[in-house]
Amino acid sequence: MQLPDADIEIKLLIEAIYLKYNYDFRNYSKASQKRRIEQGMSALRCESISQLQDQVLHDPAVFMQLLQYLTIPVSEMFRDPSYFLSVREQVVPVLKTYPSLKIWVAGCSTGEEAYSLAILLQEEGLLERSIIYATDINPVSLEKAKKGVFALDKMALYTKNYQAAGGKFTLEKYYTGAYGGALFDKALAEKITFSDHSLATDSVFSETHFVSCRNVVIYFNKALQSRAYNLFHESLCRRGFLGLGHKESLDFSSCSHQFEAIVKKDKLFRKL
Amino acid sequence: MDSDHQAKARLQAIKAVVVGASAGGIEAMMKLFCPLPPDYPLPIICVIHLPDHHESNLAEVFQQWTRIKVMDAEDKATILNGRLYFAPAGYHLLVEGDATFSLSCERPVNYSRPSIDLLMESAAQAYGPGLLGILLTGANLDGAMGMKTIKQYGGFTVVQTPGEAKSGTMPSEAIKLQTPDLIEGLSGIRQLLLQFMDGHAR
Repeated sequence: MQLPDADIEIKLLIEAIYLKYNYDFRNYSKASQKRRIEQGMSALRCESISQLQDQVLHDPAVFMQLLQYLTIPVSEMFRDPSYFLSVREQVVPVLKTYPSLKIWVAGCSTGEEAYSLAILLQEEGLLERSIIYATDINPVSLEKAKKGVFALDKMALYTKNYQAAGGKFTLEKYYTGAYGGALFDKALAEKITFSDHSLATDSVFSETHFVSCRNVVIYFNKALQSRAYNLFHESLCRRGFLGLGHKESLDFSSCSHQFEAIVKKDKLFRKL
Repeated sequence: MDSDHQAKARLQAIKAVVVGASAGGIEAMMKLFCPLPPDYPLPIICVIHLPDHHESNLAEVFQQWTRIKVMDAEDKATILNGRLYFAPAGYHLLVEGDATFSLSCERPVNYSRPSIDLLMESAAQAYGPGLLGILLTGANLDGAMGMKTIKQYGGFTVVQTPGEAKSGTMPSEAIKLQTPDLIEGLSGIRQLLLQFMDGHAR
């Protein structure tokens, strides 16, 4: 069957981006990707996707703007608090047995999840001996993440999440009002290494004890999901932990037999 | 409006049903879905607006009322006939061209996540004339654009009679934006759904 014109144009745009900039969006879920590209197209005042492709190909600045639509910079501190509670109760006791820890927050976006885990590790006495690798493909998100400044009006929600996640103090302990936002303690950021890494094109960069990758692979098709899970499997140490988003699963990938579920409802797994 | 004959031909092409509702939606959907049997010949995919950060147990609630198998729509799962699917709370639900689901945490649309528009727009593109869109009671604007898109892609659209709906805003907005194929009360819509049981619509 012949593809609709818009689908052909999207295929060509994605291919052009891959060839020119080496960002690989070819295996993203198509329905939501199409919508994001159309939003980018109208924000960049293009009449068609072909016109957008022309601009993206010849102007890296336009590509960087479109990248903000191709990626999904939506994040939240302590999102799904029960996940963090389960990490505290089921993962932390094992992590405490290691002399040093490497934790990978894959697809960290603007950093909310990495800071949440840093706070949790701090409260469990583990941050001192930890390195958190927080990776993403979007340099604008990574820059934001490094600053550690989040919107003040989100703090009520994040405080509620933090408490439900088993927080031992108050979230306020970790930030000060500054730059029109909530600036998080530099001691947390010092333990987080933010860097560029693509689950679609890059390989494993370190052995890790715990990989947290939440609400990232829902934007991937099955093939790319399997690629990501294989990377995590390769990176994790023996019996290492993997945490996914509440509605994500290993079931539709080729990797379901490589992990065992330890807290099903919170999507916490252990490497087999 | 089509002649009866044309409408019948279009209904015979239906391969999937999407249903959207907001305020009053649970009650309305129960009325629609309670008589459906386990071997219902189509998939039915639903979005009901619920407060965010609210763990939904819609599937459990509905399963007590109907014999058709009810489940949360799972990311990457293949869409099957004889299933009543609900979008999980806090996620957008989209239909892919290969008749699988995708979830998304993108920002709310029309203050809603899941958004009826997003489900309907993606399903319209996936199923084209094979899609039946039903929009029920609700107090916001979500769903109106989605219904329009279903129509644009050749699908069949049914809107609950605004006067009968617990909240008529959503149906009225949809009717303003496009002329639906049918404007019906819940019992009429239920009849329509049951007609697919014979393998062909009457």
